[in-house]
Amino acid sequence: MSDAGQGAGAVPAKDERVKEISGLRKALIRPELGAIVGTIAVFIFFFAFAADSGMFNAQGILNWSTVSAQFMIIAVGACMLMIAGEFDLSVGSMIGFAGMSIALVSVTLQWPVWIAILLTFALCIAIGALNGFIVVRTGLPSFIVTLAFLFILRGFTIFFPQLIERQTIIGGIDDAAEGDWLAPVFGGKVGGWIFDWLGSIGAIGVFERGTRAGEPIVDGIPMLIIWALALVAVAHVILTRTQFGNWVFAAGGDAQAARYVGVPVNRVKILMFMFTAFCACVFATCQVMEFGSAGADRGLLKEFEAIIAVVIGGALLTGGYGSVIGAALGALIFGVVQQGLFFAGVESSLFRVFLGVILLFAVILNTYIRRIITGER
Amino acid sequence: MTAFDHDPIVEMKDIEKHFGPVIALNGVSFDVRPGECHCLLGDNGAGKSTFIKTMSGVHKPTKGEILFEGKRMDFASPRDAMEAGIATVYQDLAMIPLMSVTRNFWMGREPVRRVGPIKFMDFKTANEVTMEEMRKMGINLRSPDQAVGTLSGGERQTVAIARAVYFGAKVLILDEPTSALGVRQTANVLATIDKVRKTGIGIVFITHNVRHALAVGDRFTVLNRGKTLGTAQRGQITPEELQDLMAGGQELVALEGSLGGTV
Repeated sequence: MSDAGQGAGAVPAKDERVKEISGLRKALIRPELGAIVGTIAVFIFFFAFAADSGMFNAQGILNWSTVSAQFMIIAVGACMLMIAGEFDLSVGSMIGFAGMSIALVSVTLQWPVWIAILLTFALCIAIGALNGFIVVRTGLPSFIVTLAFLFILRGFTIFFPQLIERQTIIGGIDDAAEGDWLAPVFGGKVGGWIFDWLGSIGAIGVFERGTRAGEPIVDGIPMLIIWALALVAVAHVILTRTQFGNWVFAAGGDAQAARYVGVPVNRVKILMFMFTAFCACVFATCQVMEFGSAGADRGLLKEFEAIIAVVIGGALLTGGYGSVIGAALGALIFGVVQQGLFFAGVESSLFRVFLGVILLFAVILNTYIRRIITGER
Repeated sequence: MTAFDHDPIVEMKDIEKHFGPVIALNGVSFDVRPGECHCLLGDNGAGKSTFIKTMSGVHKPTKGEILFEGKRMDFASPRDAMEAGIATVYQDLAMIPLMSVTRNFWMGREPVRRVGPIKFMDFKTANEVTMEEMRKMGINLRSPDQAVGTLSGGERQTVAIARAVYFGAKVLILDEPTSALGVRQTANVLATIDKVRKTGIGIVFITHNVRHALAVGDRFTVLNRGKTLGTAQRGQITPEELQDLMAGGQELVALEGSLGGTV
C-alpha cells in the first residue's frame, strides 16, 4: 500500500524478514483459482475431443448450460452455508419434497399453481429455518441434523403421494400451470426474439420440416439459467461487499470469536440454512415446470454434488473461506463434463469416477492454499 | 499527574462467584483508574479467568457489585460490557486467521453505506483506518487484505488491542497477552500496552509472569484460591515478594532453594 505510506510523511521501513510476495503466490490464495484453471482445462479438453459432436452449436451449448445452471443453483446455497461453517445434507431430499408439494397442491387439491409455488417456498424455507434452529440450539454438527432431515423429507416425499394418489409420480402440472402468472418465472424462456433473428440469418439451426419449420431449434434461454446467474451475482455481492457477508465469513471462521465482538452468529447461520432451502426450492420448481411432473426420487444425491461443486470452487469444508464465483465455476465444470462425456460418446458412469478424482484433487489443493494463507507450516 | 488523581473507571467490590458447589471467587475487590496498568497476577486456578469474565459480562457475580464510573452496573452479556467501554482481548479468541486484517478489525462494527435495504461495507474507509491505526501501534501492514493468519502472535494481539482502542474502550482487559509469545514479541506487546495507557485508558493486565507485570504495571493485585491476597503499588514490592505471594508462599521458598532462586 504505497499511497497509505506517503500520506504520513515518513515511509515506514519494511520488515526485512517479510519476503515480497510474487503475483503468482497472491493469485494462488484466491479461492476460485483452482476452479478457473479447471474450467479452462475442461473447455480445452472438450474442444479438442468433442468439437465435431455438436457440443458447441446452439443446442449443445443450451444442453450443457442448462445442466450447469441446475448445479449452480444448489451450489450457491451450499457455498454460502459452507462458508458460514455448516452443511446441509437434506438438499436433495428437499428438492424431491418441494416438487411433490407443488404437485399435490396444484394437481390433487387443484389450487392455482402460483399458490402451490408460494406455499411450497414458505414450507421449505421454514424447514430450512428448523434445520438451522436445531443446529445452533443443540450445538450438534449440522452433518447429523441435516442427515436426519435427508431421511425425514425423503420418507414424506414417498409416503404422501402414495397415500393420496397411490403413485409416486404425479403428472399434469403443465396443464395446471397453463395461463398461470408465476409458473413462467420458473419454467418459461426469455429472449425468444433474439433466437428468431439468429435463426433467420442462419447463425443457428432451424427446424427444416414439420409444424415448426423455419423456427429456431433453440427458441429462448430457460428461466433456470437466468435464476442461476442471478443467484450467483446476488450471493457474490452480498458475500464480498456487504456487512452481512463479513458476518458470514466470521460465523464460519470462528463462531466464538465472532460472538465476542457482537456478530449475531446464530441468526446468520439460520438465515444461511433458509437460503439453502430457498435455492433447493428454486431448483425443484424449475424442474417441475420443465417436466410437468413431480417424482418421489427427484434430487437424489444432489446434496453431495452441490458440496463437491463448492469444494472445487475453493471453499474450505471447515468454513470461513470460499467463493460463490468459484462454486459457480465448479458447477460449470460439472455440467460441461457430464454432458461432454455424453457428446464424446464416453460411458456415462465414468462421470462418477471423474467426480471422485476431481474432488480429491480439489481438497488437497485447498488444504495447501489454506496453509499459505494462515502461515501454518 | 498520576493515575491516582482520578476516580476508578471500574470498581469491583467483594465479588463472589459460585459454580454449583464450587466457590471460584470468594470476595475479590479490584479497581482500575484511567491511564494506569493494573496487573492481576495469580497461578493457574487462582480465579483470574473467572474474575475477568465477570468483569467483561460473561459471568454474573453471585454476590458483590460492579461500579462503572461510579454507577452500579449489571451486565447481561459481553455486548453490554463492550458498549459501556469494557473491551476484552482474549489470548486465543482474538482474531479469525482466514480473514483479512480489515475484516477482522471491523468485525461486528463494519462501516456501512446503505443502498436501499442492503448495507454495503465501506472498504475504502475500512482499509484506510485499519492501516492508520496499525501504524499508530507500530505495525506496518503489507496490505489491509493480508490474512491475519500471516501475522505473528504479537501482531495479532496488537490488531486486537488497536481495534479495542479505536472503538472507544475505556478499560482494556488483556488476558495473558504475552504467555504464548517470544521475547521480542512480548516486548512489542508490552510497548503497546504502555502506549495505550498513555492515552488515558485503564488497562487490566492478566499474567502469571512477574517480570512482564513489573515491566509495565502501576499496581499489582495477587489472586490466590479465589481471594485477593493484597494490592501493591509500583516500587513497594520486589519481584521475589510478588512471586512468593502468587505461589501462596511456603512451597516456592522450598523450591527456590533447590533451583537457586531462578524461578
